[in-house]
Amino acid sequence: MHGIGVFVCHCGSNIAATVDVKKVVEMARLEPGVVHAEDYQYMCSEAGQEKIAAAIKEKGLTGIVVCSCSPRMHEATFRKCAEKAGINPYMVEIANIREQCSWIHKDINEGTEKAVILTRAAIAKVSLNTSLLPGESKVTKRALVIGGGIAGIQTALDIADAGYEVDIVEKTPSIGGKMAQLDKTFPTLDCSACILTPKMVDAAAHEKITLYTYSEIEKVSGFVGDFKVDIRKKARYVNMDKCTGCGVCMEKCPSKKALSEFNSGLNNRPAIYTPFAQAIPNVPVIDPTQCIKLKTGKCGVCEKFCQAGAIDYKQQDEVVTRKYGAIVVATGFEVIKLDNLEEYAYSQSKDVITSLELERIMNAAGPTKGHLERLSDGKSPKNIVFIQCVGSRCDESKGKPYCSKICCMYTAKHAMLIRDKYPDVNVTVFYIDVRTPGKNFDEFYRRAVEEYGVNYVKGQVGKVAPQPDGSLLVHGVDLLDGKQLKISADMVVLAAAIEPNPSVRQIATMLTASIDTNNFLTEAHPKLRPVESPTAGVFLSGVCQGPKDIPETVSQAGAAAIKVVGLLAKDKLLTNPCTAKADELLCNGCSACANVCPYGAISYEDKLIFDHGVRKTHRVAVVNSALCQGCGACTVACPSGVMDLQGFSNRQIIAEVDTICR
Amino acid sequence: MEASKKRQSEMVQEISGTNPLKCMKCGKCSASCPAYEKMDIKPHQFVSYVINEDVEALAKCDSLWVCLSCFACVERCPRDVKPGKIVDAARQIAVRQKGGSYLVPDEIPALVDEDLPQQLLVSAFRKFRR
Amino acid sequence: MSMNEEFRPKIVAFCCNWCSYAGADLAGSSRLAYPADVKIIRVPCSCRVNPMFILRAFERGADGVIICGCHPGDCHYSTGNYYARRRMTLLFSMLDYVGIERGRTRVEWVSAAEGVKFSNTMNDFVETIRSMGKNVRLGDLRCKN
Repeated sequence: MHGIGVFVCHCGSNIAATVDVKKVVEMARLEPGVVHAEDYQYMCSEAGQEKIAAAIKEKGLTGIVVCSCSPRMHEATFRKCAEKAGINPYMVEIANIREQCSWIHKDINEGTEKAVILTRAAIAKVSLNTSLLPGESKVTKRALVIGGGIAGIQTALDIADAGYEVDIVEKTPSIGGKMAQLDKTFPTLDCSACILTPKMVDAAAHEKITLYTYSEIEKVSGFVGDFKVDIRKKARYVNMDKCTGCGVCMEKCPSKKALSEFNSGLNNRPAIYTPFAQAIPNVPVIDPTQCIKLKTGKCGVCEKFCQAGAIDYKQQDEVVTRKYGAIVVATGFEVIKLDNLEEYAYSQSKDVITSLELERIMNAAGPTKGHLERLSDGKSPKNIVFIQCVGSRCDESKGKPYCSKICCMYTAKHAMLIRDKYPDVNVTVFYIDVRTPGKNFDEFYRRAVEEYGVNYVKGQVGKVAPQPDGSLLVHGVDLLDGKQLKISADMVVLAAAIEPNPSVRQIATMLTASIDTNNFLTEAHPKLRPVESPTAGVFLSGVCQGPKDIPETVSQAGAAAIKVVGLLAKDKLLTNPCTAKADELLCNGCSACANVCPYGAISYEDKLIFDHGVRKTHRVAVVNSALCQGCGACTVACPSGVMDLQGFSNRQIIAEVDTICR
Repeated sequence: MEASKKRQSEMVQEISGTNPLKCMKCGKCSASCPAYEKMDIKPHQFVSYVINEDVEALAKCDSLWVCLSCFACVERCPRDVKPGKIVDAARQIAVRQKGGSYLVPDEIPALVDEDLPQQLLVSAFRKFRR
Repeated sequence: MSMNEEFRPKIVAFCCNWCSYAGADLAGSSRLAYPADVKIIRVPCSCRVNPMFILRAFERGADGVIICGCHPGDCHYSTGNYYARRRMTLLFSMLDYVGIERGRTRVEWVSAAEGVKFSNTMNDFVETIRSMGKNVRLGDLRCKN
């Protein structure tokens, strides 16, 4: 016999404004099995939860329905509340009358009518609920960080400092990421390398951190607490144990045509290379697409010069399998391709560059040794135009719909640094809005204008036209003066939009982590769980979650680390008890369910069955509840309808369907 | 009159097939426009005039007849607002307002240019006589 | 229940917990309206939707059924939405055969970030069902008059 209690939340006016809460209570009382119904301002508050607990105890409720916000929000809260009051937490159902009702319907009659139906469906479901007990699973006390940029390094350092083992997997030959390519950082104008390289060294030296550079994630299986990951260590053709990092091989290598990735393709690097001088590990790799020995079999110069005998042309890719309790994604960003924005003449002129390329030009280790010069003829530019929002804030057909967030600040930085070092250079910045939210950010931008005399022009550039004399004619507009401007510039710098690293899509698929339309990873809750993926055990750090600058990335990395530590600190995890279960009496062991199970959780056993007084042995499906994640694919595949999903059983869903169609 | 102003603004949106609210006021249309100097209402202003329901002013302005319909603004608009199509639509409305009388007799002396070939005048009269 | 009342279809939407249900939540918190005729049932994954549930819905007088899952490749359980897609393709062609027109059934992919798409999809679906009118209830074939 059931005794169901219904609790309707006002959520202040969020629900009560468009749903007649009293009416919902009244209608709920008429449903079979309902012995208690009440409403309250905020059910999730302590007072609200006490009301639920009191009703459970006083009226001996066996199941409860809370009509409130989305179960994704407070299902856990109410389950805990029910458990405290002495009933099984899985005897709770939520009728989502806020997100699915009050917030989208304006008419109170319509809203109330729908709320009543949703409540009835939840009552119908809860009356078929059964008590469920979660199982336990172990936690592998090791974390994986995918990506070795500042986000990944900081996350790994924080986890390792808390005493847990961390592996960093980085696909390029060195950790450091985009931050290593930057010259200075805003708003303090710190030298980027000076603050990053100590962290890189810390990560490499930390006894709890293992680096897998020049490696990629190949396969992920398992689940929170027990992930199994295949890591492909790409062949470096250099023995890491023998190499001393002397760099002779790089000097002697005769193949020097490859474009340097680290210098944004602005100059060349040898076929055997480390991305930059402070690379960690300081062991070069051979680029097999460039190496003459690997392509033709003739050369072997590096091998000849290597005193340590570290060169190994026969090295093969190696796949290692490791187990992890938690995975952090820190895959970072790339600058977008500018193919759709031909009006800026990026592909036509060497003197139209992206900001990241300018970053390399200004850097002492860059292609021009830090001298500001035009890439076409090496002359010093006298007029530089910066263009903001290139590919950001665009219609989807043209670029990215979001604001890339960092461009306003780095452009102010570049403008300031140029004016500081070369006071005779005119700097014009075309902007749509200057967005500087952040500590000391607007002050920084104001300094660029007031102290350094950077000319900010409100308006966008329509076209950059390369001229026969090598200059660039910039067609712009000054919207405040109402004038069209034609500026003859020597150099144009585009604040190109940033996008998530393209590899993140594949990684998200492997991790079954959700991703949004712009390829940013989705967080479990946009405000309250910003560093967690909805997939348990997967955490987000850095730009893979959304555009952000270095201070923000570092704080998010720390936040992700503490979430990982919180997970790894547990000895056991409670598993989701909503798993599949076969009715042994009816199962005929046909294997249909096992074939569709993505987790291999179903096996078959010969069981002794007592059926109507007859003892017989037959083959039945058995679900390993530790492996089952509760997707329900098997329940539909089962031809005899024997397989069912606990918590979302056939009878429960049909009861909901029936109620809705009543 | 308020209702008709609103209607005119909607008409511009219908004819042009654009949504002026998508505009982020970057001014790239005006930066791209080759006829900018000769325009009394600038391309980017066309968009905000439609938002502010002042199509009447657009129908009267000279820009309608200065715009080359080169569609550089349409091509380059980052938000896909298509200012050029709004100019086209406003021109359409101006033409519709004139109804059958494309050429008003009083306006003719002002239009006649010394360099204008006589043949053009005659053919215009033939075409637009009512 | 008067005869003159405008036709209000009964529409059942099955939404997977990880993507579409979250998309519906986002539509809600972004206040993107869609008709109250749509009632959502939460399932862990689109592959949990048994064709039986859909038949049952039509049998009980539903005018339309929509199944929403994660985008192909984004399924929380890796492959669930592929199963759903195959199963529903078969089921819908069968339903068409027994007299439930194609427009009354639909499979859509809505991610957790696509509140706008969720609302647009629902508006469009309800519009389609309204224009198709009331569904002829699937009778129990065993009971002949």
